[in-house]
Amino acid sequence: MKYIDEYHNPRAVAAFAEKIKSITSRDWNIMEVCGGQTHAIVRHGLDQLLPDRITLLHGPGCPVCVTPLSIIDKAIEIAGRENVIFCSFGDMMRVPGSAGDLFSVKSAGGDLRVVYSPLDALRIAQENPDKEVVFFGIGFETTAPANAMSILQAGLVGLENFSVLSAMVLIPPAMEVILSSDNNKVDAFLAAGHVCTVSGFEQYEELSAGYSVPIVVTGFEPLDIIQGIYMSLAQLEDGRAMVENQYSRSVKREGNAEARRVMEDVLTIVDRRWRGLGMIESSGLAISDKYRQYDAEEKFGKVDDISDQSGECISAEILKGTRKPFDCPAFGTRCTPENPLGATMVSSEGACSAYYSYRKLDLQKTGLE
Amino acid sequence: MCLAIPGKIIGIERDDSLMHTGRVNFGGVIKQINLSLVPDANIGDYVIVHAGFAISMVDEDEAQRVFEYLDEIDGMMEEADRQ
Ligand code: SF4
Repeated sequence: MKYIDEYHNPRAVAAFAEKIKSITSRDWNIMEVCGGQTHAIVRHGLDQLLPDRITLLHGPGCPVCVTPLSIIDKAIEIAGRENVIFCSFGDMMRVPGSAGDLFSVKSAGGDLRVVYSPLDALRIAQENPDKEVVFFGIGFETTAPANAMSILQAGLVGLENFSVLSAMVLIPPAMEVILSSDNNKVDAFLAAGHVCTVSGFEQYEELSAGYSVPIVVTGFEPLDIIQGIYMSLAQLEDGRAMVENQYSRSVKREGNAEARRVMEDVLTIVDRRWRGLGMIESSGLAISDKYRQYDAEEKFGKVDDISDQSGECISAEILKGTRKPFDCPAFGTRCTPENPLGATMVSSEGACSAYYSYRKLDLQKTGLE
Repeated sequence: MCLAIPGKIIGIERDDSLMHTGRVNFGGVIKQINLSLVPDANIGDYVIVHAGFAISMVDEDEAQRVFEYLDEIDGMMEEADRQ
């Protein structure tokens, strides 16, 4: 496919890997923020093409992984109600709440629909006027405009039986939590290309300047990622710290103005708890007062704020880049994708899950399994 | 989750703001996509699509940059070697 296949060219990837080797003079930690990038890195073995002195840390960029237990519990409660059709992206179905997951509600007879777009949920609401249709609005800046648009459209056609349970979160506040923590190990970031497609990267310029950290806005194909690594490394080796845009075929500095306008109209910034990272100030998006009638929390009651770290799970440290999945005693034994104990095993884009799918052999090599 | 894929607009159906949609071809699979977040997109343009919405237009010139970049750093390195 055009704009995908050419970015898989193994010769170009190898050429970048050579360049990276030739300029690396000391140990560096580079964090890819986005779970989609984590998945691509582990799947294509990009980290294994790098010199030993470069470590890739896997960041908090998977909205499925970081949705807090409190909101999952609320989703399960709403989905179990009579008269509700609960619509969700497929990835959320298996995420464990305090007791059970959305899938178990479906098995118990709940009406759950897996949708590809919030617009599908809107259509279901139009087709079922006697039911309350609730869409589970998870996502980062990438998905927030789509979620917001579904609310605008509901308003436009006068739908009264549609609402959104918001778990939307914003990336820069989480990056700042990582940078400001005492044991921060991150020397440079690959910022998430599709998040920046919507938000632009002006806010990242403040972060980069404030913490003297190189940030390279990066795409998702293997060639994008290895180039992003090269660009951040070149900054580190030169002693520079600025925002560069590797993914310029999709990302503009100001982002997508229309998408940002829709978000600003429909959504409002709130404090939000992240699974694994705890409460982060001004890191969430809720539905603004003007569109209150489409807020599932208005219709079905507020989410209770409860904390959610399982005893032995170290996913909080993994999400901050201070530890790796193999450091966890439960990895691959008590914790697997079928029976996840923590945030980073839950979704296929979580670091623990990616290592479980593609790196189990390495674990056997080190004799840990 | 933030997966978004490029596809080519092959038809634009309706043109009134919010319901502005088009048919987008993803390597042979054709889907109805909401285009209201990319108001300037036209037939023949490539857009990046996520959750049923086009979130950006692919900039064709910039798309070549990745490949030029390799040549550029090769040139830079040769220059550094000469100095
Ligand atoms: S392997 Fe499981 S328990 Fe261990 S850190 Fe990862 S998610 Fe948590």
